[in-house]
Amino acid sequence: MGGKLFKNFSFFSATLSFFILVGIFSILFSYAQDSLHEFGFDFLGSEVWEADEDDEELGVFGGYIPLVGTMLSTVIAMVIATPLAMGIAIFLTEIAHKTLIKPVSIAIELLAAIPSIIYGMWGLFYFAPIMQSAFGGNGVGLLTAGVVLAIMIIPFMAAITRDSMNTVPDVLKESAYAMGATKFEVIKDVIMPYSKGGIIGSIILALGRALGETMAVAFLIGSVMQIPNKVTDATTSIPVLLANNFSEAEGLEMSSMYYLALILFVVSFAIISIAKFYFLGKKVK
Amino acid sequence: MTNLIMETKDFSFTYAGVDAPSLKKINLPIEKNRITAMIGPSGCGKSTLLRAMNRIHDLYPNNKYEGEINLYSNGKKENILDLKKENDLIRLRQDVGMIFQKPTPFPMSIYDNVAYGMRLAGVKNQSELDGRVEKALQDSAIWKETKDRLNTSALGMSGGQQQRLCIARAVALKPDIMLFDEPTSALDPISTGAIEELIAELKKDVSIVIVTHNMQQASRLSDYTAFMYLGDLIEYDKTDTIFMNPNEKLTEDYITGRFG
Repeated sequence: MGGKLFKNFSFFSATLSFFILVGIFSILFSYAQDSLHEFGFDFLGSEVWEADEDDEELGVFGGYIPLVGTMLSTVIAMVIATPLAMGIAIFLTEIAHKTLIKPVSIAIELLAAIPSIIYGMWGLFYFAPIMQSAFGGNGVGLLTAGVVLAIMIIPFMAAITRDSMNTVPDVLKESAYAMGATKFEVIKDVIMPYSKGGIIGSIILALGRALGETMAVAFLIGSVMQIPNKVTDATTSIPVLLANNFSEAEGLEMSSMYYLALILFVVSFAIISIAKFYFLGKKVK
Repeated sequence: MTNLIMETKDFSFTYAGVDAPSLKKINLPIEKNRITAMIGPSGCGKSTLLRAMNRIHDLYPNNKYEGEINLYSNGKKENILDLKKENDLIRLRQDVGMIFQKPTPFPMSIYDNVAYGMRLAGVKNQSELDGRVEKALQDSAIWKETKDRLNTSALGMSGGQQQRLCIARAVALKPDIMLFDEPTSALDPISTGAIEELIAELKKDVSIVIVTHNMQQASRLSDYTAFMYLGDLIEYDKTDTIFMNPNEKLTEDYITGRFG
């Protein structure tokens, strides 16, 4: 009796998450219908985002600018974060003295736990002026958003990469040293290839996080509907545009925002699926 | 004296953070072009001694060596415990190869696995690499199985093949000594047989030290046997003597299976 109840309950819990996923997707899809119908795939290439002056329900909307802003800020973040996170992971697994490993690891895990609004505030009030004096512009903009995003995802990437590098068997490293390899050669030829799956997985998960980050980017990217010509220019991103415009939008604009949300959902979903595929692939081996 | 390749003199070893030494004043000769087996119950220090012979202990900080381990390479005598620089240790490890308990192929192709050590040692010439890879694979009795798939991943081979590949990888460096740390304990009997034949074959060119838990293996394979117990070298002699007519009561008890 109790067993059956428990079985039903766990079955219910397990299927619930699946239904939520499908539910969110179908809501996004159905609310985006008007916009999908009106603009189709041209939506992805159109730079205009204007409600009609006479009828709030109408207007011309295109997702090109937030899409470009999202991609560029993510690319900047990944380019900065990936080498640094690899460096941290290698330092923690191979180079750091035993007494240093624990405090640095804890610091990194704490960094990963800081809410993004705090990164946003810190970025806006402290970091943006520094960026302004170093690179010009207004302080807020693509580059500032990208750099702060990088700072946010580094601990995340470093922690996963470190865990995966820690799975390299000691005896494999020893046998490379026993062939006369230096520490650098062991890292390059044994540790990196061996933990390739985990490294790629960490990059993809961090990518997914950077794409969807809203709060910090909203503070830092400038929230201006324009194509950035320089890296210091202000622009906007999908989550930021959604967060800023949701309260006032109506009709077609609202539907267009669901369209944007759908795009972000599909892209994030695809990225996480690829990451899962890699992790599973590693377990099979 | 002239036939020695290596010799430990009053060698003691203490692991980091431990007070008592794990090896106590070991005096062990290693004869050239012979197979020396080290036997003894778990924890007797045989692997610790083996791992001192190429200073692999140095990968972990604060281990303490005392005494001497002399290597007689190219007619020169050198105490390997005096080596300080990373470059000297790298050279030592190319002269003193090591094979581990489990096969440890690197995550790369069969060819690259064998060529790896030579590339580290600075061999760049492609035809020389090709030649030495083939020779090493032939010497390790694995050329026939691998010649058609040199560029496939070494991780796809069977355990026994992987272990022979690891031997080939070490042979390719033309070491003076090869250290085997229970090389067959993770393998099935057929693969074990192949590895034993290979080791017996290798002693023409290289001196061999093998740690084993398997006393039949020691008696089949080795010319000399050292019996160790709790960090002491109890007895060292010709293998026949150790197994037929040991001097020490402890040795006799161990090889007749009364403890261990």
